[in-house]
Amino acid sequence: MPSERTLKLATIGTLAGIFSGIFGVGGGTVIVPLLMFWFGYGERLATGTSLGAIVLIGLLGTIAQGGFYGNVHVTTGLLLAIPAVLGVVMGTAIQQRIPQRAVSLLFAVLLVGIAIELIVK
Amino acid sequence: MLFAALIAVAGGLAGGLVGVGGGVLFVPALTIFIGLSQVEGESTSLLMIVIVALVGAARQNSYGNLNLRDALVIGILSPLGVLIGVVVANEVPQRALELSFAALVLFVAYGLVRRAWRPQTGAARRPRSTK
Repeated sequence: MPSERTLKLATIGTLAGIFSGIFGVGGGTVIVPLLMFWFGYGERLATGTSLGAIVLIGLLGTIAQGGFYGNVHVTTGLLLAIPAVLGVVMGTAIQQRIPQRAVSLLFAVLLVGIAIELIVK
Repeated sequence: MLFAALIAVAGGLAGGLVGVGGGVLFVPALTIFIGLSQVEGESTSLLMIVIVALVGAARQNSYGNLNLRDALVIGILSPLGVLIGVVVANEVPQRALELSFAALVLFVAYGLVRRAWRPQTGAARRPRSTK
């Protein structure tokens, strides 16, 4: 019998998948708050672990969309990934230098933005 | 291409700061500024997300902010959810889904703001159990 902790993690993975399947938004929106509320993760540990999970989720999606449907424009994706990687290196570095509660507030702003987009579209 | 590159930087920045993949910004960059279709944009965005999340997770790991075991369990079990999500998306009216998800994320945003405002107990809180 898996431990309660494993079951909770499984629930987070399933929920992240459900929201990706319905709205196409990444699982990070679901994973980060649940790791904080259910496991008492600090903001930095929650966002770092979320990125780790997203590698797997995104990889499976890329293989499905690229391998089966040929929808992935590989060269364009790789070229645009260069500035994006620059951004994520800066973002993680900045995150280590700001208070954790500021990360929570930034995340809340992102969620409000997503809610507005969902309501007005 | 320049605008697309700038938005890609912003997407990566958001990924590093709050731990999301950045697809929220990559998809419009690819569809509006590069001219891909919605499906192609979303698919190509996935490739970018993998690379960004990989570098971001590696950076966070070097800062001591990655629980690899938890990340693997969450990631491995997500496809089951995607399957459920696709079925739900086809069975329940889209508008009802959008409005209920909007309500849910607003509730979570409220929880995060409350959390940010409460008195901090010690520094970074670690997981209660490491079992």
